[in-house]
Order: sequence, then C-alpha cells, then structure tokens
Amino acid sequence: MNNLLKLEQGQARLVADDPWVLVRDEVPEGAALILPLASYAPGHGVWLGPDDEVELLQPWLATLPLIALDFPSFRDGRAYSQAYLLRTRMGWRGELRAIGDVLRDQLSHMRQCGFDAFAVRADKSAEDALKGLAGMSVQYGRSVIEPRPLFRRR
Amino acid sequence: MYQYDAYDRALVFERVAQFRDQVERFIAGDLSEEEFLPLRLQNGLYLQKHAYMLRVAIPYGTLSAEQMRTLASIARDYDRGYGHFTTRQNLQFNWIELHQVPDILERLAQVDMHAIQTSGNCVRNITTEAFAGVAADELLDPRPLAEILRQWSTINPEFLFLPRKFKIAICSAREDRAAIMMHDIGLYLYRDDQGEMLLRVMVGGGLGRTPILGLQIREGLPWRHLLSYVEAVLRVYNRHGRRDNKYKARIKILVKALGIDAFSQEVEEEWQYLRDGPAQLTDAEYARVASAFVPPAYASLSDTSLAYGTELADNPGFARWVSRNVMPHKVAGYASVVLSTKPGISAPPGDVSAPQMEAVAEWAERFGFGEIRIAHEQNIVLPDVPKEHLHAVWRLACEHGLGAANIGLLTDIIACPGGDFCALANAKSIPIAQAIQQRFDNLDYLHDLGDISLNISGCINACGHHHIGNIGILGVDKNGSEWYQITLGGAQGKHSSLGKVIGPSFSAAEIPDVIERVISTFVRYRESEERFVDTVQRIGLEPFKEQVYAEQPA
Repeated sequence: MNNLLKLEQGQARLVADDPWVLVRDEVPEGAALILPLASYAPGHGVWLGPDDEVELLQPWLATLPLIALDFPSFRDGRAYSQAYLLRTRMGWRGELRAIGDVLRDQLSHMRQCGFDAFAVRADKSAEDALKGLAGMSVQYGRSVIEPRPLFRRR
Repeated sequence: MYQYDAYDRALVFERVAQFRDQVERFIAGDLSEEEFLPLRLQNGLYLQKHAYMLRVAIPYGTLSAEQMRTLASIARDYDRGYGHFTTRQNLQFNWIELHQVPDILERLAQVDMHAIQTSGNCVRNITTEAFAGVAADELLDPRPLAEILRQWSTINPEFLFLPRKFKIAICSAREDRAAIMMHDIGLYLYRDDQGEMLLRVMVGGGLGRTPILGLQIREGLPWRHLLSYVEAVLRVYNRHGRRDNKYKARIKILVKALGIDAFSQEVEEEWQYLRDGPAQLTDAEYARVASAFVPPAYASLSDTSLAYGTELADNPGFARWVSRNVMPHKVAGYASVVLSTKPGISAPPGDVSAPQMEAVAEWAERFGFGEIRIAHEQNIVLPDVPKEHLHAVWRLACEHGLGAANIGLLTDIIACPGGDFCALANAKSIPIAQAIQQRFDNLDYLHDLGDISLNISGCINACGHHHIGNIGILGVDKNGSEWYQITLGGAQGKHSSLGKVIGPSFSAAEIPDVIERVISTFVRYRESEERFVDTVQRIGLEPFKEQVYAEQPA
C-alpha cells in the first residue's frame, strides 16, 4: 500500500487500493508505473525531481494519467512552485501527487498549491497525516485553490 | 496603527493552536528534532546556548502601549524580567521554556501579536523606519504597503520553504533610515509628478558571509503591482536559488551568478503572467489598510514653546539630549523622541527590563497617542511628543535608565547578543560593547566627535550589521579563542557602503585601545565639523592602519 491520501471533490480519504508503483531507479515491467522524467514512457505516470523543469511536460499533458512531484526533503520547497505552475499556467487537471518526504505538517501547504494526492512517508501514519490537510481557515495571500487574495474576499 | 479584524485574529489564534499541537507531538516523540525544527523556527523559536529564545514580531517596528505592557508581562512571567530589541525591530526573549511557548503565544495573540515567520527560510518581518508617518522628511507613509506585504507574506504556502531567509524593507523618506540596500528586496516608495505612488525595487542586498548592496531591478513600478512583482521575484528565487550550501543560498548569490540583467529578465517574464491578475492591489484595500494609519488628532500647537525654550537655555544636559535624541516632526509643535537602550555598563545594547517597558508604555499614553516604535538601531521611539513635554520625558527617561544622550554617537552601539547567548557566535559582543562604552564615557567628548556608528557582530552571520557600521567589529574564532576584526568606512542609507578590513584581528582586551587609536586618528585628520565616515572616505584607511598597528610605547 502506498500510504496514500487523496482529495476528491474536496473530501480527503485514505486510499487502500492505489495501483501505482513509484519507480525511482530500476525500471520494472508492469502497468501503472510512475517513472522518472528521464525514462518516461507513454501510458505511465511521471515524476519530477525539484531540478526538473515542469515546462518539459507540456507536450504530454493531454495524455498523461498522473504527475508526481518529489520532495527529497520536506525543507526543499521547489515542488510548491512546480505545482503552482502545473496547475495555473499549464492547465494540468489530472492527479498531482506529492511523493518523498511528505509529512503531516506540510500537507495543507501542498493542498493549497494544487496537490490532490499525498503519498505520506512510509514510516508515518497516513491516518494521522490526514489531520494536517485542512490547515488554517484564513489565508491572506492567494493560492492555487483560492486564486483570490483575502483582500478580494474580506 | 493597524487594527486586527476577525480574519487577522482568527489567523493568530489558529496558529497558536496549531503550534501547541506541534509542541505536544514533539515532546511526546511523534515529531523528530529535524521535523520540528522548521516548525518552531517559523514560530520564532530558536534553541540557543542555554535555553530556547523566542523572537516576537513587531511589524515594521510599531506597537501600542498595551502591546508593550504585554511584552513586559511575558518578560516577568516567563523570562528573567527583560527582553532584547533587535536590528530587525523585533523583540527576543532569551530564557524560554519550550512547554510554555504556546501559552506565551496565546498571550501575544490576545493583543494582536505573534511570532510567525520571525525565523526560518521564509519571508521575515517587513521593516521600515522608526519614524514612519511622523518624520519631517517623509514623502509618504510606508506603513499601509508594509502591512499589506506583511499579510500577503504570512503563511503564503508556496514560499515557506525558500532556499534561505528573505527580508523585505520599505522606505519612503528622503533619508533612508531602513537600510534598504541590505535587504533581499528593498523598496523605495515615492510619488511621480501626477501624484501616483511608485516603487523603485532593489534586489539582492544582504550582509552575512558575502556582504552585497542591493541592485536596482525596477524603477517606477506602480504600487498596485507590489504583490505580483514580489511574487515574481520569490518564484524565480524559489525555483532557481541554490540549496546545496546554506552560505550560498540567499537571493544575492543567485543575482550575482545570473547577473542583474538576466535575473531581471527572468523576473519580468514571470511577472508578465501575474500582472493585472487577482494579486493586483485595489484602491479599496489600500484605503481599508491606510485608514488605520491616519494621523492622530494632533493639537494645533505653536512650533515654539516658551517653557521648552527656557529649559533648553537653562539646562545644558537637557539641551545636549535634545540635540541628539529629539527628531523633527512633520506637525508643528511636536517632536519624536529616541529613548536610548545603550546606557553603557548597566545594560547591554537593546536590552530593556519589564519596568522600563511599562514606563515607556505609560509615557506613550501620557505624552503621545499610545504608540511606540522600535528603531533598527535597537532604540525605542516615542513618535509624537509635544515639545512642551520634552523636558518631562527627558527627566523620566533619565530616572529609568533610558535617557542616555547618545543617539548616533560612538556609544550608540548596535550589537547582536553574541557568544553570551547565541549558539552560532564565534565571540562575545556585549562585553566588547560595554568596554568601549566605558572607555568613551565623556559625553562632551562624544558629542564633539559627532556621528559615528559602531556595529558589533559575534560571527559572520552579521546580525550586528558590522559591514555597514562606520566602525565594524566582527568576532572571529582563531584556534578556539575569540578575536575581533575591525572594518572602517561602512555606511547605511542612500549612500550605503561596506566597510573595509584594516588588518589582522585583535584580542578582546585590545579593542578599547584600538578604537581609541582609530578615534585619535580621526581627530587628527578631521576638517572642521567633518563626520567620521567622511574623513575615512577622504583620507582612506592608511592613516588609520599606521596608527592602529604602530608599535606602542611601553
């Protein structure tokens, strides 16, 4: 099991039957792989590291089943900007999954930047992490899921 | 000052609840030290040599009398009876117990205060000058845009894990008293001929290991685009700033690597997607925030007060204090008073006790409109004092140890907490400051010397801003012992410059003599009333080096 949380119609749930296999190094045979950008093959999902330029995905967006963004460390914030660009500038509407050092206390930031699936780090409880998704009720600035800053809403 | 509404209040209280839970999970072992670290930093909590230190945000250095009393109560109930004002207009408590932090934050929230993003690799406290809204040379009030930026940068989800800390300052007076050139983003706000508010945007300034002054990236940016433009800069930085080495992670290194033109082009390209979007500021929002900064109900006073004039003439001590510590005000009959937190041996620079905080709160109400400012030089400002009350304020300030007549003089030392507290420091700062203050304790002589800034940092992180002190002192480690390197010629403001090292470093015991030799060289070469920094610029470092490193007679 992938320790996965997903947002569907704004509702978060634990996913027990996620079919996707994340491939970091070797390339196994099989369906539903999430492949690194360098070994991307049609029909599979793809994951990007923080050094990868999201703009490279533009030609494949119409056919990609899933995009994952890696947090090699939860303190590396580049995937937040990658998520912003994918969602707001490139128009990606499919699943955007956070992988890597994905922890409860950053989940609400990820959600606000447009992630809708969260593969919580394997040694942590996904059920516990669920508590971190909501975050705070007030957000001053804007985000992917609320593009109007508070000053346009207050 | 800005008044919280239900949104602002909900945010600070929810943040306290969130951090309370995080502290409990850390204490219970559910969060590792590594996982907890950025969470506590973004709530202002450092682990220092002896205890936790909590840095409380004082947005653009403005606080009310009630807020000052709350700080005093925290100093009394949770610390050792005092706090330390910093060069970024914040307040630090040095002796804090982790399990009490949520209660302290809750007490702060009750008076619309917080410690959010006073540390961590995120946008920090937005700063401006202590005389915002009252300075005689002010072009317009920087505080509404500072508050708008504060809100926008608070828990902005995309920019909480930047490569490194990010500091923004804004200035809108003729003189730059906000050290704009040494910020990651520095903003000069002014009006054009049609009266429109525009911004000159500087980027990539910073001190630390690689001191660099900011470079201009944009001229004439209409104020409505402030947030989208800053967002563009931050996105370029977040994506491309270095993360492999914390000493090369500030935006200044990225700007230097790309060159200002290429960096500027990246930002402009990003900005084209954002401009004229929902981040564009509205007149309504500006008006809403600016309404909190309307001038208070000033009395119509004569600019000359007979009683004040008489006291000035009769009391040289008072006159001397007025000449240094009283600043011109834009409203006739009023002045701004700087209360010095640099009394010398009795307290380290920036340290203020709970009784002093309470006294200041009382004076702010009695003589002003209940408002207090913190200057980046770590002093306290009463922004609105009728001239007829200056003498009374001076008497009270002297009684409470806040009346030193030394603003801008050699003993108005800016110093970080240094090796006495800080886990990063190579060397102590406070005893060096106090030894210099003791050596130069003749006020007449100090006043004759005129404007000299002296800044001390206990390590290369440069919290004491030693690079921009006319005299800079940097603590360095040599084989496990504490040494001090001297720089001369640094300056802040619109003519900012970085000081240059004069030569090999000195032991702590040598420093007062070294400073004395620097000063005697200045006195020898000074032309009429020339300022120290001007003499250094005119004659160069050589005469100072010769004197400082000359064989001294036994």
